Amino acid sequence: MSSRSTTTDISQPIAALLVAAAVAIVGLLIVVPLVAVFAEAFAPGVAAWWQALAHDPDTRHAIWLSLTVAPVAVAINTVFGVAAAWLVARFRFPGRSLLISFFDVPFSVSPVVAGLAIVLIFGRQGLLGPTLAWLDWKVIFSWPGLVLATTFVTLPLVVRELIPVMEAIGPDEEMAAVSLGASGWQMFWRVTVPNIRWALLHGIVLANARAMGEFGAVYVVSGHIAGATDTMPLRVEKLFQEYRQPASMAVASVLAGLALVTLVAKFVIEHRLAAEARDLELARSADGTTHDAPREAA
Amino acid sequence: MSIHIRHVTKTFGSFTALDDVSLDVADGALLALLGPSGSGKTTLLRIIAGLEHADSGSIEENGADITDLHARSREVGFVFQHYALFRHMSVFENVAFGLRVRKTPDAQVRSRVEELLRLVRLEGLGGRKPSQLSGGQRQRVALARALAIRPKILLLDEPFGALDAKVRVELRQWLRRLHDEIGMTSVFVTHDQEEAFELADRVVVMNQGRIEQEGSPDEVFDQPATPFVMDFLGNVNVYHGRVENGRAFWHGIPIDYPDYPHAQAREARVYLRPHELELTPAADGRQRPGTSLSARVVRVTRSGAVTRVACRPHGSDAELHVDVPTDTARALTLEPGSNVAITPRRARVFLPAPEYVI
Amino acid sequence: MIAFAANTSSLPVPPAPVNPASGGRRRRPAVLPGFGTTAAITSLVVFALIVFPLAVLVLRAASLGPGGFLAAAWTPRARAAYAVSLGASLIAAVASTLLGLVVAWVLARIRFPGRRLLDALVDVPLALPTAVAGLVYSALYVPKGWLGQWLVPLGIKGAYSFLGIVLVLVFVSLPFAIRVVQPVIESLDRDTEEAARILGASRLQTFLRVVLPGILPAVVTGFALSLARALGEYGSVVFISGNMPFKTEIAPVLIVSRLEEFAYAEATTVAVMLLGMSLTLLVIVNALQQRLARNAQ
Repeated sequence: MSSRSTTTDISQPIAALLVAAAVAIVGLLIVVPLVAVFAEAFAPGVAAWWQALAHDPDTRHAIWLSLTVAPVAVAINTVFGVAAAWLVARFRFPGRSLLISFFDVPFSVSPVVAGLAIVLIFGRQGLLGPTLAWLDWKVIFSWPGLVLATTFVTLPLVVRELIPVMEAIGPDEEMAAVSLGASGWQMFWRVTVPNIRWALLHGIVLANARAMGEFGAVYVVSGHIAGATDTMPLRVEKLFQEYRQPASMAVASVLAGLALVTLVAKFVIEHRLAAEARDLELARSADGTTHDAPREAA
Repeated sequence: MSIHIRHVTKTFGSFTALDDVSLDVADGALLALLGPSGSGKTTLLRIIAGLEHADSGSIEENGADITDLHARSREVGFVFQHYALFRHMSVFENVAFGLRVRKTPDAQVRSRVEELLRLVRLEGLGGRKPSQLSGGQRQRVALARALAIRPKILLLDEPFGALDAKVRVELRQWLRRLHDEIGMTSVFVTHDQEEAFELADRVVVMNQGRIEQEGSPDEVFDQPATPFVMDFLGNVNVYHGRVENGRAFWHGIPIDYPDYPHAQAREARVYLRPHELELTPAADGRQRPGTSLSARVVRVTRSGAVTRVACRPHGSDAELHVDVPTDTARALTLEPGSNVAITPRRARVFLPAPEYVI
Repeated sequence: MIAFAANTSSLPVPPAPVNPASGGRRRRPAVLPGFGTTAAITSLVVFALIVFPLAVLVLRAASLGPGGFLAAAWTPRARAAYAVSLGASLIAAVASTLLGLVVAWVLARIRFPGRRLLDALVDVPLALPTAVAGLVYSALYVPKGWLGQWLVPLGIKGAYSFLGIVLVLVFVSLPFAIRVVQPVIESLDRDTEEAARILGASRLQTFLRVVLPGILPAVVTGFALSLARALGEYGSVVFISGNMPFKTEIAPVLIVSRLEEFAYAEATTVAVMLLGMSLTLLVIVNALQQRLARNAQ
């Protein structure tokens, strides 16, 4: 243990105790369950694991459904996130603060409540029910409903990443681009996007993890018809209800594996983000260097 | 390319940045907008560039009304205070940006960028990123980038404000030489009087959204039109005296002021620059009585070739600052406590708004 | 010599944007582009996806009238559900806050091998689907589970119990409690602590009098965020609580249950109650976070 951090606040034995406590907390609450998923999933053997995933048509469908719903929801939220962040970070207008507070709503609303609201609009007895029946469009109990519900719960993730970054960088580069003759799209692709790419990636990674793992809102909206409207998390629950624990664990392990990939990606991206934030600080403060010698390569 | 600004007003919420400002910029001039923060100089510059829009008034360029023209179509070269270089592009791509968005062919882009990098003495550094450059180098990239599109007018927002003193001096001289070679109409914003005087053909002194005075550096310094200009440019001693019968009275000493021939005495503020006062030892009998002020030296500060002597006139609490060439100061052996006589050589008198004289 | 043609430009000038509304009036386009487009997209999505659905929910519940609303939202079973939800969430939030404080302190102040790994692991609950968390927690705490086999004989039933609910709620809310407090601890001014020590304060006194007041706003914010997260949780609880009405049924489970029985009135009103609690918490959290940001300056 380094001495600097323990000279004034805590003694060595207490520090050791605290570290042990922290490790125990994280270990018991987080690590043990994580390890248990993989252990239980592979306990019957890899062959059985593969069997549960690839040879069960309903499970296969669930995997496919998750892979088609989540990316669409993420794509919608990426477009929304970029647009909303640009609007809020670069312009001032009446109602701006109210709009920003709306972005946070999906975070605090229970997913079940969100799903219910969607059902109230698109369900058979809902607001648009008769219209949809007349048009023979299915929203709830169907793919569009799943996308809607997933989009709702992941809405804040991209925009909340982008707003601080856009505000920190400031509009000067974009103003410079405009003064040099760039059109809106030219400015956006050549100047804005390169500056926000890591924050954007971070938001997309988080949104994707959330979208693939969403349960409550999708549960309400899907009608959880096996083989048709069950996403992977719903499939986990269905198998659990059917007392098919090993199969349930197998699907869960895929989701857990995805979560680990997400965390690794997140870690790498955050590293880049921190480096860029440091560069921003350095650029702000180092304007007055006299020497013309180059600094280390970025 | 001449610019005519007519009656421009700009407010931000309840703050008036520009209040009915009119200005003419002659073709080929190098003009400085000089003033303290909040004077509106940066706002005016940005309005010329199209980066802000005036609430009212108009801007003309060579006779064409460009008030509503968007910034990207104005063909101005703007150099931002903190350079605003595109951080993820190389120096080359930064300079090439204006050309690329106009879809200029590659070969042309390359030759123009290289020409500009040579001009700003950064040849060979095209591959670097802005984060790898010093402040002075970034400044030059920003300049090259602005010049790449052959703008009709060059606008610089506090171009040297963020740099070390030595780099600042070098770049100032370099910019002046550049302007002399190219002859492009240029306007720059600064709060540094020295910078404005060294670089500009004409100086526009601004304060609180208005133009206080416009003229050559000499005109503005020697014939300040308002107390603000006098005070802002260089140091000044202020005395609250009076005018009467064609004379202004400074510490009781009369100075000719034919602009006020009336017998009715009026309050006036008398401004003297430190170098407009002459200092002689008190014992020197050459002074005519009634033309000089006796004082005691409080402090002597040497600043290079000029020595600033702070004196307190006898019978007064005020402190007068007199600038004396260092050689003269040495010859006079001035010390705190010595008695001296101060003679005014030139003064500027400002009368506050008249009250009713019945 | 520089070939510089200062006054002629051989480069094409980008066209000025067309102003269809010109005529006699002046139009002043904003300097930065995209306001119209982004405003349209943003308002459309926010309205269609957030404002409209929640408004429909609230209006649907309100259409029952005050008496009808109360009758549907205040049934005995609903009251029990609120109690379970609030109770479990509060306990979980307190636990998360306290445990989170320990972890945050350790991560922020102590250097030890594996620190970065521990730091990364804290984010697992944010990335892991709640259904997976619920599944594995229940598997762990049932009598035959890895942990259950030791705990159940001791009388600690982690599965199909109130305790189980609290456990998973701590799991999902722990990162919130940690990540709000951790940066505040990292940015504490060590000089004030050293000054206190030099003036003779013991380590405990220094902690209580100097450090704790500094991090208290963050701790409270972390508590509020944990509480908000816990209140809305559904996926993990469904697996571990047994969902027994009046005993381990949380409000979201009740809503789903009523919905499946087409009892729209009850589902809607309970949802509105839950929404009310959540939004109130959101307002409080925002106010706290603003205060936190101000204090940091």
